[in-house]
Amino acid sequence: MDASVAVSCRSVTKDFGQGESRTKVLRGVDFEVNLGQMTFLVGESGSGKTTLLSVIAGLLDATAGEVVVLGQPLKRLSNHQQVVFRRTNLGFVFQQFNLLPALTAAENVAVPLLAQGLPRLRAIAKASDLLTSLGLGQRLNAFPSQLSGGQQQRVALARALVHEPRLIVCDEPTSALDAATGRSVMELLASFAVRPDRAVLVVTHDSRVFDFADRIAHMNDGIIDRIEQQQN
Amino acid sequence: MNFVALKMLTGDRAKFLGLVFAIAFSSFLMAHQSSIFCGLMIRTTSQIKDITDADIWVMDPETQYIDEVKALTDNDLYRVRGVSGVEWAVKLFKGVPRAKADDGKFRNVILLGVDDASLVGAPRRMLLGSLADLRQPDSVVIDRAGFYFFFPNQPLSIGQHLEMNDHRITIVGICEASAPFGTFPVMFTRYSQAVNFVGRERNSMSFVLVKPAAGLTTEEVCLRITQATGLKALESTDFAWKTVLYYIRNTGIPVNFGITVMIALIVGTVVAGQTFYIFTIENLKQFGALKAIGVTNLRITGMILLQAFVVGFIGYSLGIGMCSLFFDLTRDIVHLRGFVLLWQIAGGTAVAVFFIVVLASLMSIRRVLTLEPAVVFRG
Repeated sequence: MDASVAVSCRSVTKDFGQGESRTKVLRGVDFEVNLGQMTFLVGESGSGKTTLLSVIAGLLDATAGEVVVLGQPLKRLSNHQQVVFRRTNLGFVFQQFNLLPALTAAENVAVPLLAQGLPRLRAIAKASDLLTSLGLGQRLNAFPSQLSGGQQQRVALARALVHEPRLIVCDEPTSALDAATGRSVMELLASFAVRPDRAVLVVTHDSRVFDFADRIAHMNDGIIDRIEQQQN
Repeated sequence: MNFVALKMLTGDRAKFLGLVFAIAFSSFLMAHQSSIFCGLMIRTTSQIKDITDADIWVMDPETQYIDEVKALTDNDLYRVRGVSGVEWAVKLFKGVPRAKADDGKFRNVILLGVDDASLVGAPRRMLLGSLADLRQPDSVVIDRAGFYFFFPNQPLSIGQHLEMNDHRITIVGICEASAPFGTFPVMFTRYSQAVNFVGRERNSMSFVLVKPAAGLTTEEVCLRITQATGLKALESTDFAWKTVLYYIRNTGIPVNFGITVMIALIVGTVVAGQTFYIFTIENLKQFGALKAIGVTNLRITGMILLQAFVVGFIGYSLGIGMCSLFFDLTRDIVHLRGFVLLWQIAGGTAVAVFFIVVLASLMSIRRVLTLEPAVVFRG
């Protein structure tokens, strides 16, 4: 596999259900995500983009085909190895933020570091530094319920970055935000996440932020039917 | 991640307190009701427990428990004394005559007639007066609770009189006796006086109290007495257990207390289990996020168990604390004296709470372990 390729999908299919209720959601996806780029996966609701994101992130197993992430074929990993692989190499940004309501902003950001076994105080200190650089230095001890939607998504972004993963997957990161807030989150994502040794994959149907993409893969009915290269 | 688990647990105050109090009240009920039950059972053996001079009780072979006795003959006493290995043997009378105060207040009392010569069987914890005064004619020693019944609102004092079966008797001492099952006052007098107070029957001796000779086990001497006389000879502890088992088998007491304890266990399990499960369900997305981020199932199981055990520990501590406080506050109330929280009950309650929290967390663990982490991508 090309060293510049972070994710490679070959003839990937994914079925749900069994017998007559079996549904084919991915119908043979061929797709690549390059390091140093922000790749958007766009398409109508039900086109299979979130399922493909889950398969790439190792949260769902492909029914057939091969998924290679950062040079590692996911099929060859045991369940435990997949969890460790995700913990080390992947960062997640979710549509609904999924912050832990009982933890402060800094503690939420520290969770991936705690999962890796870093001592609590060191993890929170590192998380606080990152949050400060993302403009949330005054809100380190605020709980998610005390933060605006944009601030929560910035905390979620910090959580995705804090352990310095090589692949960041974002699921509709702007759909719960207004246009201006969505753009500011995407600006942060573009400036903090995109690095030569890191890839960012964003699932979205928010056309207002398409201009942040380096590449846009259009998904339709379970396949990638078109890829656009953006001139940024 | 333990820190995250604890913050998740305490973050939702209402549910956290709900869980803690469900387990606290369940622990309290289980410990409290079990303690009252054990206290009642211990009360059935109070006279056996209070007579510490003798190690062996000899009685009619058909005797089932201490409160129902068939009198032995004086000849039985001599036969027991003749058994090799018996250091000494003395008579004990136990009856339930009625005593009346000068103001007309009357009650049945437990009257123990102890050996005239040695006073074996007399109380060992005197509060007022002297055991030696039992040698005076028509004298009795009464327990503190009995004194307060006959002479309410009066300080403990000796020299008071009671009437028993047309005998005017004098209180020459006040002792501390273990609370009896039937809350009757307990009186001690000499054997010869006791049979006078009650009225002579052909046979009056309830028990023979025996001390085994040095170098012989109590068990061996019991066996020798039984073989030589045909009478039943039991160690004090065996006789106490026989009495307790009689009450367990022949009264509704254990069933009633057992039902309460079971209800406490079931309600505690159901309420704690349900609240904990709802707590988990409401945090399912968060658990999904943790799984996506790379927290292993084993770690998440550990987090849930930690949450359950913290809740269990705090709830148990509160429950046992409330129970201890209850018995501490009531220990000087005459009719509640003697009820205590036994360490065995505290331990048993801890095991029951362990059972509750394990059951409560199992459902939650199962739900989280079967959770697809991809759930986090569903808006």
